[in-house]
Amino acid sequence: MSTPATPAIGARKIHPADTTFRLSLHAAGAVVVIVLLSILAIMFMGGKLAFDTFGLGFIWGTEWNPVTQIYGALPAITGTLVTAILALCIAWPIGFGIAFFLTETCPEKLRTPLGVAIELLAAVPSIVYGMWGFFVLAPFMSEYVQPWLTSTFLWIPPIGDSFFWFTAPPIGVGMLTAALILAVMILPFIAATTRDVLLSTPQLLKDGAYAMGATRWEALTGVVIPAVRGSLFGAVFLGLGRALGETMAVVFVIGNAIRMPDSLMAPSATIASVVANNFPEAEPGTLDLAVLLALGFILFVVSFGVLAVARLLLRQERMS
Amino acid sequence: MKQLTAATRARYFRRQLVNRVMGGLCIAAAGVGLILLALILWMLFSNGLAGLTLDTFTKPMSQPGSGGGLANAIIGSLLQVGVGAMIGAPLGMMVGVYLSEVGKESRFASIVRFVNDILLSAPSVLIGLFVYQIAVLPFGGFSGVAGSIALALIAMPIVARTTEDILRLVPQAYRDGAIALGSRENEVVGKVVLPAAFGGILTGILLAIARIAGETAPLLFTSLGNDIWSTDMTQPMASLPMAIVRYSNTPYPEWVALAWTGAMLITVGVLVLNIASRFSYAAVAGKQGG
Repeated sequence: MSTPATPAIGARKIHPADTTFRLSLHAAGAVVVIVLLSILAIMFMGGKLAFDTFGLGFIWGTEWNPVTQIYGALPAITGTLVTAILALCIAWPIGFGIAFFLTETCPEKLRTPLGVAIELLAAVPSIVYGMWGFFVLAPFMSEYVQPWLTSTFLWIPPIGDSFFWFTAPPIGVGMLTAALILAVMILPFIAATTRDVLLSTPQLLKDGAYAMGATRWEALTGVVIPAVRGSLFGAVFLGLGRALGETMAVVFVIGNAIRMPDSLMAPSATIASVVANNFPEAEPGTLDLAVLLALGFILFVVSFGVLAVARLLLRQERMS
Repeated sequence: MKQLTAATRARYFRRQLVNRVMGGLCIAAAGVGLILLALILWMLFSNGLAGLTLDTFTKPMSQPGSGGGLANAIIGSLLQVGVGAMIGAPLGMMVGVYLSEVGKESRFASIVRFVNDILLSAPSVLIGLFVYQIAVLPFGGFSGVAGSIALALIAMPIVARTTEDILRLVPQAYRDGAIALGSRENEVVGKVVLPAAFGGILTGILLAIARIAGETAPLLFTSLGNDIWSTDMTQPMASLPMAIVRYSNTPYPEWVALAWTGAMLITVGVLVLNIASRFSYAAVAGKQGG
């Protein structure tokens, strides 16, 4: 690697110490890029056996059978997308509400403690959410929430004869419970990022709206949101990226059944939960392990896409 | 005074109503967040304190019915997190210094910054799987070192991001002053910029430690866990998160109780680190007259 042509410090002779200094820092920067590229390469090479065996059909294969050694990724992909998107639908309105409250209507005295509380919620390790979901939320769901949902939404017509929305045995664990846990976990991230975005809106814009007689809500929907729409979507994608890759909490509450779900409350699996759950039985060099690495590759590519969109949308805000 | 028509008054009333209702919903949302935090902490402490005894800290994991604690898991966690932070933090600091002091807005720096932000939220389970492929399979088995490498890879981008952010807050005049005195680039960074930002960088490192202390998924693929005393980092090694996983899915009440105790210990540690990092940041920001 060569040293850049324009030294940051005046035009003068470059001392050997400067060269070493710059080289080592460039090397550290290169490590970051190398790590990302090697994750992609290692996952792909490790999963090559699976891609060779099943071809691209691996992605939409619906069968998962370790006995016959036939593996399809669609059940895990479906579980991942359904739980993550459901979680986003639950967490986003609440996270946005918290952010709006924190930046606009919250009394000054409450602002810091509430902000700290939200950040502590983000710091709780995912395994703790998993335990909480398994021992507290799942029994509650099976006892109260699921029977109620089933009887209340019985009128929604099923999709074909394979997907029955809220009609399922109330066993507590399943996609809906996993989505709820994920929602709790991404809520603080969405709230914190949205708060930062709202805070970055120029006060002048808001003052203009108030001067025209707008209420707080009208100033938000009419002026602030249009001004920072891109960054707000960035916060959503950041939350989505987190939800897609979350592992331990999901393993505890999703039921770990690798098959196409027949309802929103059915036991299912996500890519991350399949990788973590099936890893102990996957011997090195077998198709079993290659399938997990191939799943990892798919998850990494999807997360990369989602997070890249998030960062690009949030970039304007960060650069300012 | 102009008389308001009925229609105007109705519209005014409706606008106020919408504002009040939406504002109320936002307060409710904040309430939901607080209630969730309270619920989780309450469950954690009510279940965790019940299983907390001196044995938790002095005895290793053991068969159900014969007592036992979490001592080996606590030591294992401390070792792996410690080594992970010792690898990840300096590397992350160097990346942060590169982005803020050398690379700045150059093309390569923009790529590094972008990739670092991606790694910051990349699924940790994949980091584990990656390290399994490069540091477990080729070296013939699960090891504490592999666990530390995985944790280091998770800590690095966090430290890099916070270091860059805090270095950007150091006034340019500091650098100009050092340059005017004839300092070389490494002296400007090492003797002026880094010391000025020390507290902020420490904040980033503490946050990174808090994050990796609770990580479970990467350890599943790397250090695996171990029921017996072991401080040999080349062997499979116990950790608190893995002990919780092992104990919570069992029919033995005493194991489940220990899992809750372990979860409480981790959470307390993580939350204390978070609050400590906040104070160290506040101290620096205050000193710099921010």
